[in-house]
Amino acid sequence: MSPLPDHDAAAAARIGAAWRALAAIADPELPALTLEDLGIVRFVRLRSDGVLCAGLSPTYSGCPASAHILELAQRALREADVGPCAVSQTLAPPWSSDWITSEGRRKLAQYGIVPPERVPSHPGRPAARALWALAESAPAACPRCGALQTEQLSEFGSTPCKALHRCLACLEPFERFKCI
Amino acid sequence: MSAHRYVLRLGDLALVLGQRLSEWVGHGPALEEDLGLANIALDLIGQARLLLAHAGEIEGRGRSEDDIAFLREQGEYLNPNLVEQPNGDFGETIVRQVLIDAFQLELYDRLRSSADAHLGAIADKALKETRYHLRYSAGWLVRLGDGTAESHARVQASLERLWPYTVELFEEDALDREMAERGIAPALAQVRTGWTSQIGEILAEATLARPADRPYSWFGKRGEHSEHLGYLLAEMQHLQRSHPGARW
Repeated sequence: MSPLPDHDAAAAARIGAAWRALAAIADPELPALTLEDLGIVRFVRLRSDGVLCAGLSPTYSGCPASAHILELAQRALREADVGPCAVSQTLAPPWSSDWITSEGRRKLAQYGIVPPERVPSHPGRPAARALWALAESAPAACPRCGALQTEQLSEFGSTPCKALHRCLACLEPFERFKCI
Repeated sequence: MSAHRYVLRLGDLALVLGQRLSEWVGHGPALEEDLGLANIALDLIGQARLLLAHAGEIEGRGRSEDDIAFLREQGEYLNPNLVEQPNGDFGETIVRQVLIDAFQLELYDRLRSSADAHLGAIADKALKETRYHLRYSAGWLVRLGDGTAESHARVQASLERLWPYTVELFEEDALDREMAERGIAPALAQVRTGWTSQIGEILAEATLARPADRPYSWFGKRGEHSEHLGYLLAEMQHLQRSHPGARW
């Protein structure tokens, strides 16, 4: 009787299709993971003028893949035929490595990258000692041989989101996702 | 006064320091340090892009982040003089980095509650990155300061050389006061209190002596710069100046 339920159903279908399209995009730098795995699809909503708006969180301010990811998202939405849409970067709340899904963590480990520890986000100002505390967090288990005798070589790795470690048992270097 | 000049100060600080640090690419003392400094540079340039784009929006004259970065003269740059200082040796780069990382940490932390919500969001994002930067730079300062007699003497000398430039970071002018009154920025006195305690702790751990404050009369945030900035901009802006409008 009322046209509203149909309208709602159509809107829900568009939003659902857009989510599925965005979620399935492979990250350009970590192709084993999707945008959903990384937890960077922030929202998909329908604006009152009928434009479907999607917001993506950048992992780091300077992540060189951010612009490319926005392009991939626009293309995916066009191909999913969800009607008029707009993709934008959304800064708040800032992305946290805690948003990487369990599936994402499993895939990272399988890919040979140690997943980030789930750390309580740093509320408020860090205590002065907290400056050093994170660097002393538990050593990562080597993704190749499983040994716990590993050390951090550098806080920074081949991409902004990873740190470089080394296994002292099998001597292989490996990467660990940074906790932010 | 327009808030865009205040946001430009923050953006220029990040951009000039990011450009300086990127000079280390391919020249780091070890591959890990090369990567470390390059990653910090990348974060800073990312922060600069967000800040300069925001400044352009507030200004409302249609200038993009690239117009602002590549088409301004030295006197229009509003970064503090500290970040345009040459890299020196690795130790001097680390000293400069500690001084600025601690400043950005204290500033961004307080900017998160800015009356300008977008500026607050940029600060919230950048704060997480800055914690990493400070842990890296402070970690190295401790190793160098509390290292050999040679490394200690060299970073202490760098600290003496760079310390006078830190005065400018906390020198409040009319724009700073207006931003604080409007709730856009924190009072610089608060930032200084946090910075002083953070730096005090790091210097103590690094067995370095805190130099005495000396008067300083150049103000990069008003567009008065050392000659070093001109060379940096000449390199950074070369492509856009020689081939206006060139795109990838």
